[in-house]
Amino acid sequence: MKIEFEINNTQKILEVDPARRLLDILREDLDLTSVKEGCGQGECGACMVLMDDKAVNSCLIPAGNVHGKNITTVEGLRSTEQYKTIEQAFLDAGSVQCGFCTPGMVISAEALLRKNPDPDEDEIKEALEGNLCRCTGYNMIIEGVKLAAERGQGLW
Amino acid sequence: MAKKISDSINRVDGSDKISGRAKYISDVYFKNQYYARTLRSEIAKGRILSIDFPEIPENYFVIDKDDIPGLNQMRTVISDNPIFADNEVNYIGQPILLVVGPDREIIAEIIDQIEVTYQKEKPILTLEEAEQKASLFSDFDYSKGDVENAFNNASQIITDQYETGFQEHIYIEPQGITAVHRDNKMFVFGSMQCPFYIQGALEDVLCWPEDRLRVIHTTTGGAFGGKEEFPSMIACQAAVAALKTGHPVKIIYDRDEDIIASTKRHPSLVKYKAALDKNNKVSALEINVKFNAGAYSGISPVVLERGIFSAANVYNFPNVKVNGKNYQTNSVPCGAFRGFGAPQTIFSMEMFMHNLARKLGQDPLKFKKKHLIKRGDTTSTGGTMHGQVKMPEIIEKITKMSNYEEKFNNLSENRGIGISLFIHGCGFTGDGENNIKGKITLEKKGEQAIVKVSSTDMGQGAETSLRKIVSYTLEIPMEKVIYKKVDTGKVPDSGPTVASRTVMIVGGLLRSAALEMKEKWKQKQSMEISKIYAHPDYLKWDNDTYQGDAYPIYSFGANVVEVEVDPITLELDIQNLYAVYDVGTVIDEKGLRGQMEGGIVQGLGWATTEVMETNQGQLMQSSMTDYKIPTIKDVPEIECDFVTNPYEFGPFGAKCAGELPFNGPAPALAAAVSHALSVPIKKIPLRPENLLKEIKNEN
Repeated sequence: MKIEFEINNTQKILEVDPARRLLDILREDLDLTSVKEGCGQGECGACMVLMDDKAVNSCLIPAGNVHGKNITTVEGLRSTEQYKTIEQAFLDAGSVQCGFCTPGMVISAEALLRKNPDPDEDEIKEALEGNLCRCTGYNMIIEGVKLAAERGQGLW
Repeated sequence: MAKKISDSINRVDGSDKISGRAKYISDVYFKNQYYARTLRSEIAKGRILSIDFPEIPENYFVIDKDDIPGLNQMRTVISDNPIFADNEVNYIGQPILLVVGPDREIIAEIIDQIEVTYQKEKPILTLEEAEQKASLFSDFDYSKGDVENAFNNASQIITDQYETGFQEHIYIEPQGITAVHRDNKMFVFGSMQCPFYIQGALEDVLCWPEDRLRVIHTTTGGAFGGKEEFPSMIACQAAVAALKTGHPVKIIYDRDEDIIASTKRHPSLVKYKAALDKNNKVSALEINVKFNAGAYSGISPVVLERGIFSAANVYNFPNVKVNGKNYQTNSVPCGAFRGFGAPQTIFSMEMFMHNLARKLGQDPLKFKKKHLIKRGDTTSTGGTMHGQVKMPEIIEKITKMSNYEEKFNNLSENRGIGISLFIHGCGFTGDGENNIKGKITLEKKGEQAIVKVSSTDMGQGAETSLRKIVSYTLEIPMEKVIYKKVDTGKVPDSGPTVASRTVMIVGGLLRSAALEMKEKWKQKQSMEISKIYAHPDYLKWDNDTYQGDAYPIYSFGANVVEVEVDPITLELDIQNLYAVYDVGTVIDEKGLRGQMEGGIVQGLGWATTEVMETNQGQLMQSSMTDYKIPTIKDVPEIECDFVTNPYEFGPFGAKCAGELPFNGPAPALAAAVSHALSVPIKKIPLRPENLLKEIKNEN
């Protein structure tokens, strides 16, 4: 089928199998490799993207459901002040180790801060619950998100 | 530049990883690449009678044992694991053949249509069954003192036993390798810890000299031991396929395949027989360690060695007799996993001491303190504890930090607090480091220093730490220290990235090269300095008798955990975790805290939610849906601190760090649960159903 959607602020029309995973379209057709496959079952969050401001696992989204939507990956955020704030906060807080879960964490953090620019610790945990990390033990990721929120006053 | 070596800097690869620019192997496109998928055994043991294939379309290939030019075995400590099954299969998931071609969906269809006919044989499914049938890979002994005499003079003899389960690594990036045959050479790219291990394995399988084999590390998304020896298997398979097809061959596991196929932490059963003297001190101890190694021996002998050499943990028992056995079962092979056998024996020892103290009506911490090893004492392998043992300072710090004494005596019902003390031997076991002779090269080119080592960054921060050591020593900015891409054709073999050896051994060599370079430093002059590791002369080790210094030096730690147990469901709410470590000198506070907290949470997972069991040889948990690693909501507040205790031969005094934090959380949590429920705890994972059994036993 033909789908039309917005990806990282660009309108796209693609001819695709409606059952194909959004994850594969992003990685293989559009070369957006910040989106990672960690489990393919919606458990780990490494493939998270923003779909109309909401963080979703792109491995669980069939192409057919993307029609008319607005999709954003980390590639589409990189030039924003919000992203730069998150990146610096993650660096300073030591939120990154192997990095495979990190773009997914950035997406969840961005989705949270858009909705709630001043989250408390429980709200951060709630927002990042769908993102698994095996390296850090999470506390330094929580600190990264807190730091981004503090420094990004007024940005979101 | 950092003022003190310990002052935190930001990791050098952070921005690339956050922005998604870092390229992992699945992100790299190779021109004309083919994909491969593995057909695996569906039975636990038997013979392959026949394999029926559908019609194989053009450009698709089947690769199996007959395509291997050299040896059909994966080179490691014991090279018994075939690259492709040779008529017999010994576990569910064992690789039989690859289907290779341009389209993954067509490959999957072909795999689905291949019919394997087996003649089933009776498998050995459990450790107990293997014990009965003496299905044994390794049987190791060592002792100290006169155990028999101590038992004859004992005022009391105690027996006890402990169990731990399988653990899966769940690095978030699944295994992935690409092999490219070009210019009469084989290039292997991928997610890995040890490029030179892979090069060695390829030598055997392709029967080519090493100068035709280039192994190149790509950004690695977590490993924890799971990418130590296992990637050699995939690399050999991909290389054989690349040779036959003439195309680059890419093997990327999906999660379910990764869990079924890759190595696990060894399940263990540890038995104790203790003699107590008239003062209720342990005067002699017999320890029997049994590991389930799975279907092939592989790296298991050295895992067992570390397990048994760590069995006395932080204690000095005057008489000790230790036996370790690796059993062969028809389950997935076990291998390297953070801690490498030590977490199993240390969990068991800590709980043995805890439960023994309870039995004697003594305070567990006070009881443990009576047995602590000190500098100059004879270790269980008859070596000398060379370094300062700052366990008393560590205990003082952690009990103050956690208010342990007060809480231990005054906690409300269903709440508990537990403490663990632990050790980790730094670097390779025994004379391993002398055998490896790790080599590094530091090159000066203009104003830049180029680090040439085979230490891979898998997320632990090797590149940041090693560059920092050079930058700090030469007093030049981090940007002027270049880390050469880890490529067996371009860097010397400084040994594998394992055993918490990177900073202490490889960093130590770099530090000494950098000190020499600094003395000779002239503005425009180029130079190259290489160093090869050798143990300090005072270390003695006899690998035939297992006598001497099992490790050059040890790192130490203590954990305190507070827990609340739901009285109805017996679910655990882990509330606080305190940790104090002696890793010599801290090389980077932020980087190290990340290692410690990550290790703690992985250790808590092993102790709680990470249940992995087999039924008729089949893993009952084979996806991330049913194998549960901790989420952000499962982790407690963690407070972490260090005591400084520099090691003369480590860079700036640094010892080992990466594996140490894994050893502490399981026994501290189990002790806390034991305290909350007033029952002994003898098994992890701590599932409510197991706790219920303990409560029933106690009543």
